[in-house]
Amino acid sequence: MTAPILTLRDVVVEFPALRGLKAMMAPRNARHVQALSGISLDVARGETLAIVGESGSGKTTLARAINGLLPLAGGEIWFNDMALHQRPDWHAIRRQMAMMFQDPVGSLSPRKTVRELVLEPFAIHGQDVGNPSQTAQRLLEDAGLNADFLNRYPHQLSGGQARRVGVARALALNPAMVLADEPTAGLDVSVQGEILNLLNGIKAEHGLTTIIITHNLNILRHIADRIAVMYLGRIVEIGPVTQIMEQPRHPYTAALMSANPEPDPTTRRARIILSGETPALTARPSGCEFHPRCPVARADCGSQIPELTKAGPRAVSCHYPISENT
Amino acid sequence: MMRQFRHSLLGRLLADPMAVFALTIIIGLVVVAIFADAISPHDHTLMNLADRFAPPSTTYWLGTDNLGRDTFSRLAQGSRIALYVALVAVSISGMIGLILGMIAGFGPRWLDNLLLFIFDTLRAYPTIILALALAALLPRGLSTVIIVVVITSFSEYGRVVRTQTLSLKNAEFILAERAMGASPARMVFHHILPNVLGPFFILAAMNLPVVITIEAGMSFLGIGVPPGTPSWGATLKDGFDYIRNTPWIIIAGGLPLILVTLGFTFLGEALRDQLDPKLRKSR
Repeated sequence: MTAPILTLRDVVVEFPALRGLKAMMAPRNARHVQALSGISLDVARGETLAIVGESGSGKTTLARAINGLLPLAGGEIWFNDMALHQRPDWHAIRRQMAMMFQDPVGSLSPRKTVRELVLEPFAIHGQDVGNPSQTAQRLLEDAGLNADFLNRYPHQLSGGQARRVGVARALALNPAMVLADEPTAGLDVSVQGEILNLLNGIKAEHGLTTIIITHNLNILRHIADRIAVMYLGRIVEIGPVTQIMEQPRHPYTAALMSANPEPDPTTRRARIILSGETPALTARPSGCEFHPRCPVARADCGSQIPELTKAGPRAVSCHYPISENT
Repeated sequence: MMRQFRHSLLGRLLADPMAVFALTIIIGLVVVAIFADAISPHDHTLMNLADRFAPPSTTYWLGTDNLGRDTFSRLAQGSRIALYVALVAVSISGMIGLILGMIAGFGPRWLDNLLLFIFDTLRAYPTIILALALAALLPRGLSTVIIVVVITSFSEYGRVVRTQTLSLKNAEFILAERAMGASPARMVFHHILPNVLGPFFILAAMNLPVVITIEAGMSFLGIGVPPGTPSWGATLKDGFDYIRNTPWIIIAGGLPLILVTLGFTFLGEALRDQLDPKLRKSR
């Protein structure tokens, strides 16, 4: 494996839980909640990593922390040998690290035309556009839209069209890495497929590194090389996509995978129903944070914190992982 | 072509009877102000003591005042003063409010709190008291009126713009701009400003008549324009002294004020209906 393009070491992101006088009176560790608590991750050049997990597991926070939209409370992030935790030149970094946001229409400035939107990266980074009309048209065509859309406004686009404009914007300056936060959210299934094919095509063409955050387990096989499963701001399991999907070792991963509807009605799978709600970040359970909901928890799960231990290409943080032959 | 026009802002406004009424009054006001000298039947400063307190007639359309000056000519001249004060005061206070509001909304928290404190302090101060205090300090004239209006009203623009900026600051498209490496100046001027201008212009249109009434009010109290200036407020004051015997002076002086106030208010409301899609749906 070549040197990773992105390395995270023990990344912590905190949000203030209390404000003003209350914060001053509360004990130091109660003033903040940890949205990410110690994420370590390597992303190889050209690979696609999917990050999955329930709402509130910290997926979006992770993407925003990598892009510098949220400050780190601890840990290190290295991107292309640049230290993102030491006040880097974000302007230069963001030229190489594009980001796509969840809401396809809402992430486009509402009073700008598509043409202005796709050409904006050139203006921001002082790049030569060449012939503006031709460049804009080429970028749109690469994203699967024709030139008729150049003079439209975001509210005149459908979700899929707006997503394509977002793709065109993200790829305008040939970034080294793309962070895509729910690229298929809010799109109907046929459009989801088109967008995924578009992303796959671009990846193959440019050797792009991609981090995709998603709820949508069906798309994983089509697009990802590896999956990281997050729970309460930690990675509980990470590994190659087929291994994780077919033989999950962490009970949470197993439950998550079993929650995904099977397209074939004849194959029945044992559905693992988790009891209870995701715990609040302010009241993290002791020991293994999954133990109150874990179907196979044992006595010491509540007292000892499991480490993310590597085994071959995958890693899992569980005291009693599901063994491969069962 | 025709279809596009119907969907443009002006096209939609012309489909709204209230807006047409408002625009008619405003255009009328502007025409009168521009051609005041041409349409005045008499010189507005000319005193004709033989015709003091003349009732409305074909010679004096709206009668004459206590010095025998033609009221219609004075009102026509007064429209210039009203329009001048309103436009200058609203532009100045609007610009100050726009800039401070965007700074408060986009800047750091302490600056936001400081500016909000200033806005609230100024809003809490009664206009007339401030006008009386400033009139004692400053020379009598239109610039004093404009200063009073600017001080009392820029905070209103500031508050509206701040709220808009604040809600846009965390919008996903602004995050997307940041994630792309856009500078704060680009985010503010290219992406926030165009979205703030809609509510801002509605507020400005609704504030124009307020400014005109403040000018008239200050002139009525004798702290506005210098004596002899044909401001609407001054005409009202002249008429007020003789309200028992010759009520037409004060009635004539009040009419343009009422019409213009209605005109700008209706325009503001029509603009709001057209520019704010949420309100438009509910109608």
